[in-house]
Amino acid sequence: MAEPAVQTVELTKRYRGQVAVDRLTLDVYESEVFGLLGPNGAGKTTTILMLLGLSEPTSGTARVCGLDPTRAPVRVKRLAGYLPENVGFYDDMTGSENLLYVARLNGLRDREARPRIEHALEVVGLAGERRKRVGAFSKGMRQRLGIAEVLVKQPRVVFLDEPTVGLDPDATQRMLALIHSLSRELGITVFFSSHLLDQVQRISDRVGIMLGGRLVAAGPIDELARQSLGVDHERYTLEEIYMRYFRQEQPAAPPIPAGK
Amino acid sequence: MRGLAAIYRKELEDHFSSARFTLLLTLVLMVSLIMSWMTGAGVRRELEGFAKPSFVFLLLFTSTGALFSFTQFVAFFGPLIGLVLGFDAINRERALRTLPKLVAQPIYRDAIVNGKFLAGMTTLTVLLTALVAMIAGLGLRVLGVVPGGEEIGRLALYLVVSILYVGFWLGLAILSSVAFRGMATSALAVLALWIFLAFFVPVAATLAADALAPVPASPTVADIPTVLENAQILRAVSYLSPIAVYSDATAVLLDPMRKTTRSLVLLGPMERLSLSRFQNPLPLAQSALVAAPHLILLVAGTLVVFAVSYAAFMRQEVRA
Repeated sequence: MAEPAVQTVELTKRYRGQVAVDRLTLDVYESEVFGLLGPNGAGKTTTILMLLGLSEPTSGTARVCGLDPTRAPVRVKRLAGYLPENVGFYDDMTGSENLLYVARLNGLRDREARPRIEHALEVVGLAGERRKRVGAFSKGMRQRLGIAEVLVKQPRVVFLDEPTVGLDPDATQRMLALIHSLSRELGITVFFSSHLLDQVQRISDRVGIMLGGRLVAAGPIDELARQSLGVDHERYTLEEIYMRYFRQEQPAAPPIPAGK
Repeated sequence: MRGLAAIYRKELEDHFSSARFTLLLTLVLMVSLIMSWMTGAGVRRELEGFAKPSFVFLLLFTSTGALFSFTQFVAFFGPLIGLVLGFDAINRERALRTLPKLVAQPIYRDAIVNGKFLAGMTTLTVLLTALVAMIAGLGLRVLGVVPGGEEIGRLALYLVVSILYVGFWLGLAILSSVAFRGMATSALAVLALWIFLAFFVPVAATLAADALAPVPASPTVADIPTVLENAQILRAVSYLSPIAVYSDATAVLLDPMRKTTRSLVLLGPMERLSLSRFQNPLPLAQSALVAAPHLILLVAGTLVVFAVSYAAFMRQEVRA
């Protein structure tokens, strides 16, 4: 296969003695959707921050598009888009003003930026709201504006941190479809983190399961099902696989009722 | 550099469209009106009957009029301009949750602090220049005296020093916005520091001087060393506050008859001699020379607080 778009080798981060990410070794290939799954505090955000060069790894290496984010953070950030969890905007500015600011930060001239902004707003379905102040946006619109902001820089890789958290079912659907189309239609490599299993299952080509800072499994979902459950039929869910790993990791944890 | 320019531009737009800028501008207008009228009328009354007084125009800025002089006003309340412009520079980005995505753009992280500092400096330059120009213009009407080239030079130098001085407080406010997560906490912290430096340090200086070198109620010749020591301690302690440093420096810059930043008690023998022998005003360059150590101290202070806030921001984790 081609060179991975994102690659980590033994990537480790310690905060004051506590291990946040423990020897993470991971490949994400060009144009695929990779879902990083794990409970809150598993080290997903820390991993993304290290991949963007916003946090320095304690040991190990990372590569994004062949570049080392610790050594060349600015070059990595030129190629990689990042949508933080609960992304913020300047509320007294309109959506397109917010995007224009980010475009300028990316070194784009206004002449180049404006058509890109128009296009990005159309892609995320906010073209009608471009004169509205972001303060009046709903949560779902803010998340979609976040995607538009990422698209303006025309990235090769995007890192989405919990992109659907706090959205209602309808907004979640739109968001997932949007993320899927990034990879399928624009050929962007998508690396996203979530703790919502069914969503990850719906749009990911491959998933990684992260528990307590360690990657306990990674691969296409059906492969994980075979490995962990020993099943080879259609009726497994990612939830079953996940709970299997979860129980192995934390045998003392109280049993969690199946279903929701 | 593009990143810096983008941040500078946005911050400047924010400043100029903000309510606090309107507020500050109103304050500037009010102060300049009151000042020029109050001191202008006072100066005119005092000078009635004098044949041809020199450096009248500068009196507009240094004479105390009814309450206080313009220089005293800037020394005391100028800091507030810097504090108001900077206290929420970084923590506002945190509160809006825009900081993570800002640092994820292909810019160097220092561009964020630099851009904000430069935009603040530009804004306060506009405000202070407007203030001085307004007073000069209105004073021209009230006094009916046209300033000479030397006076304009002194005013320009005074303006530059004042911008640096308020810049020191801007740096301090930005430092506070890096150190404190809450915007209100940051505002309170810088205000507390301002009150401490403006009101408590002078009191502490007097207390320390009187405690360490008490001067008797009716000093005799034998008490001269004590009086000297008292004055020295007073000066040393009060210089902990940049307000005192700035006041002494600008007093020399705006008054050509002042040949030293020190109080009369502390004059050296040569200074005393020159003061009694030569009653002529100093040229501008010589005044600047007298105030040079103070000016260097102010510039150094501004650079130090800016550097500390810069270093603190660079080390901070991005995560909220």
